[in-house]
Amino acid sequence: MKIAFTTTGTTLDAPLDSRFGRAAKFIVYDLDANEFTVIDNEQNLSAAQGAGIQAAQTVARLGIQALVTGHCGPKAFRVLKAAGIKVYHTDASTVAEALAKYCAQELAEAAAADVQGHWA
Amino acid sequence: MILAIASGKGGTGKTTVAVNLARIYGAEIQIADCDVEAPNAHLFLPGARVRTETITTGVPQIDESRCDGCGECGAFCAYHAIVSFGTVPLVFPELCHSCGGCAMVCPRQAITEVARRIGVVETLRTDGITLIQGRLDIGVAMAPPLIRAVTARLRTDRPAILDAPPGTSCPVVTTLRGADFVVLVTEPTPFGLHDLELAVALVRELGLPFGVVINRADAGDDRVHAYCHAQDVPVLLAIPDDRRIAETYSRGGLIVDVLPEYRELFRSLLDKTLAAPLAGRQVRR
Repeated sequence: MKIAFTTTGTTLDAPLDSRFGRAAKFIVYDLDANEFTVIDNEQNLSAAQGAGIQAAQTVARLGIQALVTGHCGPKAFRVLKAAGIKVYHTDASTVAEALAKYCAQELAEAAAADVQGHWA
Repeated sequence: MILAIASGKGGTGKTTVAVNLARIYGAEIQIADCDVEAPNAHLFLPGARVRTETITTGVPQIDESRCDGCGECGAFCAYHAIVSFGTVPLVFPELCHSCGGCAMVCPRQAITEVARRIGVVETLRTDGITLIQGRLDIGVAMAPPLIRAVTARLRTDRPAILDAPPGTSCPVVTTLRGADFVVLVTEPTPFGLHDLELAVALVRELGLPFGVVINRADAGDDRVHAYCHAQDVPVLLAIPDDRRIAETYSRGGLIVDVLPEYRELFRSLLDKTLAAPLAGRQVRR
């Protein structure tokens, strides 16, 4: 099973990025193999609109089953839900801390977006 | 002749200039209120409403029985308004720019366009002035299609004054395209000058002839005058900082009606713009 984390860095010690759509990078952690890959999300940082939607498409294509991030808006949440990806919100400061909380089952699955959309 | 009244900064007096010019014109004239997020020209020209039209844009609708989830539509859309990853696409109508591309690239003809309401265009008549105004629905973010619906309703056999939205972004560009001459209204303050510089850069990019009106002229300093002189930009008019003008405005009155001594001032602007062949080139829509 693979989980995506939003981050500004490239290691497990890196800060968890509280933003989803405009996170700098995603760390995709493979729980079975205990290894991770880093996916760049730079193209989305300057997107005029639809950054959350694009980010959701990006992580959906990576074949993840769960996303751990700070906040998630309504459009991204809709896409993630359609892709069958579970969303977990956390205020953990690093990816490693968020991973530990996820593994300890301290995170509750989000039933809806927790922030408002930027458009309409 | 289409005269656009624009500004970088909001609240400089675009509508004041537009409605007073229309009133002093003395023959049939049209005003298009292109500030569709907050139209206000009607406050100064209360007329009988002769027409209200609902404006829509086309957004994609998916026939799920035809869609095989190939994802071509989502790959094409530059605005992320349609998303597919092996499933029936999700559509976000509020992000759609109505280009029709998704329907064209769909190999299974599963996408058709359906109408989505964005607002209304109202036509009002008062004393030889036809006011055409757009009203964007609450919650709709896409102003340009409604602005195009407003300007498309202008008759070509009569002059028109376009009251532009403030700023320098898409709604302003949409308004200015097709204008023959642009009047940029500003005020002699640091904010006024800063936003005037942005507006000048915009109209130069669009290749439109333009001039400046300085409102509340003696309220600030001479920085706008100095800038216009240095940039070789004509200052067409300076409207004094007169409390009676502000009071007239606050009551929804027209300066040229309530304060007759200002008629010559606005007439001189008319002579330099609508009534004069100042427009270097004629840009037809």
